[in-house]
Amino acid sequence: MSELLYRATNLTKRYEERTVVDVASLEIERGEILALVGPSGAGKSTLLRLLALLEAPTSGSLQFQGVEVAMGGARPSLAMRRQLTMVFQRPLLLNRNVTANIEYGLRLRGLKAKERVAQVLEQLGLTDLARANARNLSGGEAQRVSLARAMVLETPILLLDEPTANLDPYNVSLIENAIRSINQQRAATVVIVTHNVFQARRLAHRTALLLDGHLVETLPTEAFFNAPDDARTAAFVRGDMVY
Amino acid sequence: MFGKSLIEALRLILQADTALANVIAVSLQVVGISLVIASALGIPLGIFLGLKRFVGKRLVIALLYTGMGFPPVVVGLFVYMLLSRSGPLGQLGSPLVPALYSTGAMIMAQIIISFPLVAGFTMAAVLGLDSHLRLQLHALGATSWQALWTMLVEARVGVLIAVIAGFGSIISEVGAVMMVGGNIEGSTRTLTTAIVLETRKGEFSMAMALGLILLLISFIANAAMLRLQGKALDQ
Repeated sequence: MSELLYRATNLTKRYEERTVVDVASLEIERGEILALVGPSGAGKSTLLRLLALLEAPTSGSLQFQGVEVAMGGARPSLAMRRQLTMVFQRPLLLNRNVTANIEYGLRLRGLKAKERVAQVLEQLGLTDLARANARNLSGGEAQRVSLARAMVLETPILLLDEPTANLDPYNVSLIENAIRSINQQRAATVVIVTHNVFQARRLAHRTALLLDGHLVETLPTEAFFNAPDDARTAAFVRGDMVY
Repeated sequence: MFGKSLIEALRLILQADTALANVIAVSLQVVGISLVIASALGIPLGIFLGLKRFVGKRLVIALLYTGMGFPPVVVGLFVYMLLSRSGPLGQLGSPLVPALYSTGAMIMAQIIISFPLVAGFTMAAVLGLDSHLRLQLHALGATSWQALWTMLVEARVGVLIAVIAGFGSIISEVGAVMMVGGNIEGSTRTLTTAIVLETRKGEFSMAMALGLILLLISFIANAAMLRLQGKALDQ
């Protein structure tokens, strides 16, 4: 029986007068890859930050591993936060070399894992760039370093915000393979935000559509693309304007 | 006259008498202590202003910017009035309040002069970082302190510039230290106040010697900080 990792109920996030996220119900199981798709401004990144426990919801309930972490609940502890890693859409690398960037999260935890770092460098095709300054990398290289910095931590949950936006097919393929391997070899849970419905189809076990902050529906990926329940999902998959 | 004074100035420097050494020591002591305290207060305030949102932040920043352009002589007057016997601090007679015409009073004035520059430039350096960086660091498992430290390290070039600006504002300052220090020989006489005095006396060689030493100290301090900055830039 699969284990429930997240349960969100009537979860909202407001910035001043604007409600950015208003999700009636969302459940995420351990070990799955869930893709969050939707147009720009739909609230995907904000929802991901809520799931990453980086921001507090305005109202509603968010249970992480059975612990309420929304308003009135427990403040997410460091141990809780360190079970998950989020990769932002922009790489946000530190002004140091590639290896130091990848080691950053390990150092925060007082760990040294040279072999693990070397392995991740190899997996993402970064070995030759190990000593290069992160500020001098191309977009694709920086994106791979950003993912490597998260992967090396081997957290059970990985949250990815548009990890392949604006990348060439080679880099897209490299990153998608890495995501698959994280999920298959370590049974890590992956939540990926993407504009690219084809990427969702290639990677995700389940796919969810977010429109104007509302979750339209969450279905197994095949059903999402072939037999969605909601007409808006069908329109979004077809590429019709639905917003 | 210039050439002759310059040669004489170099001879005086090489002779390095006790009085000259004392003036240099007072200058270094006042500037060093002032800069350390101004940095200890200004860098955290700059980081706070760069990262936090709060009611009245604009007012605090406006005051800080005003402080950055505050004429030192007005700061001198302000400190003078505070510390004079009838002033609000002078009346207290507390051992914690420095007396007028002491190095403590000079340090107080120089902290007030340099602190807004250190805080203002540090704030600008922190504001220059990506607004999502702190969240990304938390997302990688950083505690609040670890994230803060990393951001300070990321903004290190700007923070060094803040300290250099603070140093520059006080090493060459004369008005405030003259007013609250009194230019007392062997006690509160600094390089800048001594230059004023020697020039007024017509002792141009000594004034020039003091000026050269001041330039040398300023150059060495800036070169050291620039070296640190260069290392940061090279990474």
